[in-house]
Amino acid sequence: MMSEQYGILLVSHVAELADGLVRLLEQAAKDITVQAVGGTEDGGIGTSFDKIMAALNEMQEPEILAFYDLGSAKMNLELVSEMTEKKLWICDAAFVEGAYLTAALLQADTPYEKIREQLQDLYVK
Amino acid sequence: MLQESKAVMEMLTVETARTWLSLFIGKLETNEKNLNALDGSIGDGDHGTNMLRGANELKAKLAEDMQIGLSDLFKIAGMSFIKKTGGAAGLLYGQAFLNMSQSLQEGDDLLGSLANGLEGIQKIGQAELREKTLVDVWAPVMEDIRNQRLSLDRINAHVTSTKEFQAKKGRAAYVAEQLNGHIDPGAASCGYFFEAMLEAGVYDE
Repeated sequence: MMSEQYGILLVSHVAELADGLVRLLEQAAKDITVQAVGGTEDGGIGTSFDKIMAALNEMQEPEILAFYDLGSAKMNLELVSEMTEKKLWICDAAFVEGAYLTAALLQADTPYEKIREQLQDLYVK
Repeated sequence: MLQESKAVMEMLTVETARTWLSLFIGKLETNEKNLNALDGSIGDGDHGTNMLRGANELKAKLAEDMQIGLSDLFKIAGMSFIKKTGGAAGLLYGQAFLNMSQSLQEGDDLLGSLANGLEGIQKIGQAELREKTLVDVWAPVMEDIRNQRLSLDRINAHVTSTKEFQAKKGRAAYVAEQLNGHIDPGAASCGYFFEAMLEAGVYDE
């Protein structure tokens, strides 16, 4: 089953932005794990290495497709990817569209390589 | 030449490195508002506050343990900035410090560790020269050390040079044209880092 192998991680500078996107994705992919993390440790605007690492560790799936909003979220993800045992693929696609497409394709059991291929059209970063 | 570069290396000791980092923390404390103001040109205006968060964490860690070795000093600095800053700059400094730590562990000298630090910055930031980032200070400072001509004036000139460059990285790139003539805040904090290095006597002409 795809849903046991792959999960989606959403990283935003603002917690509510990531949480809101989870709600949107759940509509398209009810069986896919979508984990959200946003904001700094003190609830401010930004991203936190520790919070991202903790969010990732909560996920059961060994392979994670990660989407992010702005630059430092990506940098944090890259640092996290060096220190985790999970396979983390950081996707430069548009945050909302990329994550939504991925969720829908995972729900439809689309092979990983095909998903990556389809995401190419949504690269904006 | 070989001997001279060795002389530079010998100045980087656990004592001078500790002073270097402490002076850097002090400059970030003093200049929090300046850095915020420089960053204000692109809207969020938090570079000084972010950097200070990392600096305060490092300050606490340094006070906790007086027996830290040279390589571990930079490792602790790296993790402090990565974990506490919340912005892109903290991650770039953090990765630079982690890379420096790794180099020092392997016995590299000041230049070698700074070179590896720059590699870390460029790996996660993907910035090249003249793109209005801290790379525009870090790289020419290394060149100055190599040519034995580093001074406070040179550092300031490198910081000021970012006025002329057009931003291509980060949120600054979205408003690149409006930023022409502005000093990059990351370049400014990087200037403080190297000023602190000079003042700590890590580098001696």
